[in-house]
Amino acid sequence: MAVASVAILALLTAAVLFGPLAWRMPINEIDFTARLSSPSWEHPFGTDDLGQDLLARMLYGGRISLAVGFAAMAVAIIVGTLIGAISGISRGSVDAVLMWITDLFLALPQLPLLLLVIYLFRDFLKNLVGAEGGVFILIVLVIGAFRWMPVARLVRAQFLSLREKEFVEAARALGATTPRLVMRHILPNSLGPVIVAGTIDVAAAIIAESTLSFLGLGFPPDIPTWGRLLFDAKDYLDIAPHWALFAGAAIFLTVLAINFIGDGLRDALDPRKVM
Amino acid sequence: MGKYILRRLLIALPSLLGISLILFVLLALAPGDPFGELATNSNIPPEVRAALRVKFGIDDPILIRYLRWLAAMLQGDWGFSFASRIDVDKLILQRVPTTLFVVGSSQLLALVVALPVGVYAAMRPYSIFDQIANTFAFIGFSLPTFFTGLLLILIFSINLGWLPFVYRADIAATGWQWAFEYFKQAIMPITVLGLFQAASYTRYVRSAVLDVIRLDYVTTARSKGLDESKVVIKHVVRNALIPVVTLVALQMPAVFGGAIITEQIFRIPGIGSLLIAAILANDTPVIMAVTFVFACLVVIFNLLADIIYGWLDPRISYR
Repeated sequence: MAVASVAILALLTAAVLFGPLAWRMPINEIDFTARLSSPSWEHPFGTDDLGQDLLARMLYGGRISLAVGFAAMAVAIIVGTLIGAISGISRGSVDAVLMWITDLFLALPQLPLLLLVIYLFRDFLKNLVGAEGGVFILIVLVIGAFRWMPVARLVRAQFLSLREKEFVEAARALGATTPRLVMRHILPNSLGPVIVAGTIDVAAAIIAESTLSFLGLGFPPDIPTWGRLLFDAKDYLDIAPHWALFAGAAIFLTVLAINFIGDGLRDALDPRKVM
Repeated sequence: MGKYILRRLLIALPSLLGISLILFVLLALAPGDPFGELATNSNIPPEVRAALRVKFGIDDPILIRYLRWLAAMLQGDWGFSFASRIDVDKLILQRVPTTLFVVGSSQLLALVVALPVGVYAAMRPYSIFDQIANTFAFIGFSLPTFFTGLLLILIFSINLGWLPFVYRADIAATGWQWAFEYFKQAIMPITVLGLFQAASYTRYVRSAVLDVIRLDYVTTARSKGLDESKVVIKHVVRNALIPVVTLVALQMPAVFGGAIITEQIFRIPGIGSLLIAAILANDTPVIMAVTFVFACLVVIFNLLADIIYGWLDPRISYR
């Protein structure tokens, strides 16, 4: 299952990366004679209410959806590893405070806060770096900021058990400093579960971005991410169901593939099998 | 038990304070000045503007402003909605029961589906039933709720025409007719949310049951000659539920997030759709209050989970 999923995900990634080179239809060419038309040879995925080609829009939007997913995962892993490592290596009050913050973040209602932050800071960033880049940075940072907690807990748990192991003891006896212990000995050994958590984070980030766009609060309307396509399509469900179905299926396939990959990685890294 | 509940309550308070602090800091850090409009209005002399700033304490240190805001929230003075022309607390009180109804019934549905399926799958690991259940669980939590919602509308409202896709608070009928209409419009949102949660709960239940089913005390119970059903329900499930309760509590933020989406799709008049409407209308007092209410709901449900935890595992409450 996991291998098939890797193939599907690779196919999807390749499609959004190189698809626009092969399928040269512009994403914003308005053609009222072909509005809301069903899939045909000319428009394999049909068209939307302005007659724009959906295949081209899906390919373009997929780039952004996937980029947000991977970038937010990177943010979540960096923050999570940092906090988990600091709290795992230092005992006492630093550890306690960091873990209290982690638990607090775990109890936060994420979607309302996500919406709140985007509402409050959207205009500010838009003025700073432009509409597209501003929203991208904001969404990646905010989704990352609400996904690091599981990673931090995993890394801390790994650190707590690893730092008492003999090979760390040996390195310390040889005079290794704490930063060297962390970077060379403990961190590389604690990354296994982090990779699994990171894989699943990609899926969660893609869903989060689509959710924001679906609520009309993500990217601006001229950037057709998959969630945005669904948001636009939902008012035409009765006459143009193909519009919603293709975008939704793309999100579903990507997320399903990533979840299967995560599951496969977990099985590969954790050979325990209950019989 | 009473002491235990009290202690959990005392632990919950600081996290509520922490959440309120985060909310307030976010609002304070956000660019934009509540008096920005006044500054550009040339009819207002600078002295009046300065006097207004002093009156509302805009330039005070942030800690003092936070304490003042917190005191106002605690006294029930939640502000006034710009868009709806009504006090925010009244507006929210109107909406909360609907949200609780939808979220509560969908959680019930999720548990009713997940418990038997998870337990049955764990009793026969790697059987055909287990594999089918596992595949469906994966599909279930990979399907985003906004997509399943649209799919259900497409199938049951548009193609088959069986169910209404707009949730109405004012149904004209009374008595049984009313209950039936209400039930009909609630089916789709509850199914969407419930099945999404059921998918992940099934996996939790399965792995938790797998962890306990091979333990010695279960074998002991069997060798005493107890019924298989008694062994499973009284011995296995009760202990397997302990980690499940924790995981369900950790899911609460996601559950309320899902509620916002379903409320938006089916136009349910709950606090989730209120939040979206308030954001689109730039209605800051409502946004802050709804976010805070969501935070409170999450904390309350976590508290509930802690209490169930203490009931399932008496060792915890005696500690």
